Amino acid sequence: MAVISVQRRPLSLAERTYFPQIAGAMWTTLKHLLGPADTMEYPEQRPAIPPGYRGVPTLVKDPNGREKCVSCQLCEFVCPPKAIRITPGSVPEGAGVDHVEKAPQAFDIDMLRCIYCGLCEEVCPEEAIFLQQQYSMTGYSRAEMVNHKDRLYELGGTLPDRHFKWDVKRAAEARGGGRH
Amino acid sequence: MIDFLLSLPAPVLAVLKGVAVIGVIFPVAAACSMAERKVCAWIQCRPGPNRALPPIFAWIPGAWILQRLGVFQLMADGGKFLFKEEPFPDHVNRLYYTLAPVIAMVPAFTTVTVVPFGAYLGRGGQVVPLVLAGVDVGILAVFAVASLGIYSLILAGWASNSKYPFLGGVRASAQLISYELSMLLAVLPVFLWVNEPGAAGSLSLARVVAFQSRPGFWGGAWFAFTMPVSALIFAVALFAETNRQPFDMPESEADLVGGFHTEYGAFKWSLFFVAEYANMIVGSAVFSLLFLGGWNLLPWLPLADLLERLHQASGSALWLHPAVAGAVSVAILLAKILATLFVFMWVRWTVPRFRYDQVMRLGWQKLLPLSIANLVAYAFAIAFLQR
Repeated sequence: MAVISVQRRPLSLAERTYFPQIAGAMWTTLKHLLGPADTMEYPEQRPAIPPGYRGVPTLVKDPNGREKCVSCQLCEFVCPPKAIRITPGSVPEGAGVDHVEKAPQAFDIDMLRCIYCGLCEEVCPEEAIFLQQQYSMTGYSRAEMVNHKDRLYELGGTLPDRHFKWDVKRAAEARGGGRH
Repeated sequence: MIDFLLSLPAPVLAVLKGVAVIGVIFPVAAACSMAERKVCAWIQCRPGPNRALPPIFAWIPGAWILQRLGVFQLMADGGKFLFKEEPFPDHVNRLYYTLAPVIAMVPAFTTVTVVPFGAYLGRGGQVVPLVLAGVDVGILAVFAVASLGIYSLILAGWASNSKYPFLGGVRASAQLISYELSMLLAVLPVFLWVNEPGAAGSLSLARVVAFQSRPGFWGGAWFAFTMPVSALIFAVALFAETNRQPFDMPESEADLVGGFHTEYGAFKWSLFFVAEYANMIVGSAVFSLLFLGGWNLLPWLPLADLLERLHQASGSALWLHPAVAGAVSVAILLAKILATLFVFMWVRWTVPRFRYDQVMRLGWQKLLPLSIANLVAYAFAIAFLQR
């Protein structure tokens, strides 16, 4: 490892009195004193959330209003702190999406356990769960800190979809192509 | 009104004047704590305390300015200190533990009595200082009483019966002794000059201001210009005497937790701080009177001239009225005191704390020889000038 020897020159008389340094430091602090505040007054001013931010996990619907989750429970299995609990259920009769087979009957994410790792989003084959921009979760009780299915959909809303996977499948089935 | 006040018996009048001055000093000292927090915040690019706003005041137009300045926060803190639980640690000496903050307050408010805080024009146009006790010992009384304040720190450190307060108390006394000498020696040239041969001797602060109000180039110059080294030594020693950064050895929270007030809480703790700020206010007042021309607005512009010019310019004799002249002079001195207090805070949030050995070396090996040399040089110069 290279050794850099620093020349330590003796302090000049002015430096030994401290005063030039103190005056320079006071000039610096004066500039900060008169300058704008670096902080944000939080509840009124909110920070701009960059794209790709991993906030509170939410469930999303596709642009046709269909719930995308098929309760495969992969997120439940992958979740490191076991924050997700899914109760699978059947798709209601006559909803027009019978070919999907399953939908979550209950979908709970315990936000006291969630570590915002984003593995649920990564593992989801249906692109149904997203960590979106909300960064602040508060509640007065432990029960309030568990996001149920309706709340998850309320938080998630609708995200644009590029695949329309199940529409493509139904069209293929209608053409007689069968399932693949 | 004024005639009625002046016709009161002297003791009643003295008590009234004392209560009036303390009634100003106490809130200003308390407000200094908020000013300190705001200056700190602004220097650190933060807004500082700006949230508290009781709903009963919210309707007042302009209340938001007070809210942003943290005025209601200050009131809330004061109320909290009054009403919160007063903890007594088991290991303290209860009598002395309670006594220490009280002793801190007494010298802080006693020194105010000999500090003139304004002046008015008496009959015949001579400048009469406004002071609670117009005694000739002046600066001597300030020094004598102000150094008693250190006993409260030592007492607090000892009564707390715990190592960090004890160290804080020991440091406080060592620091006081080290800097008191330089401070006195720095002030001596001023009084050497003021007490010209032939005139009656006086250590009164009002006399110093009168000396800085004389006509002529050298007469109107403030002592900060004619004695910069004295002013500098006095200012540095003042920082040390009031235990302000970079000399806050008694407190030094990084190595002594809280120093002498580690074991204190609630109202007793806040009394220490009001006393510290009251000491700062008196120290700033003494500095302004000695070196910054007291109640003269500008160098070479004494109060009497200023009022005369205002009188000429406005054509109103109101400016020469004692009450108006007194208010003007108090406002000028108060502005100087507040500016000095701001510098105190500005330095505190700029300069890091000296190490204990550095404080001692600076006091004994640098400031003391410098102040002695300064005294000798000015003694010869003054002897030559006033021959």
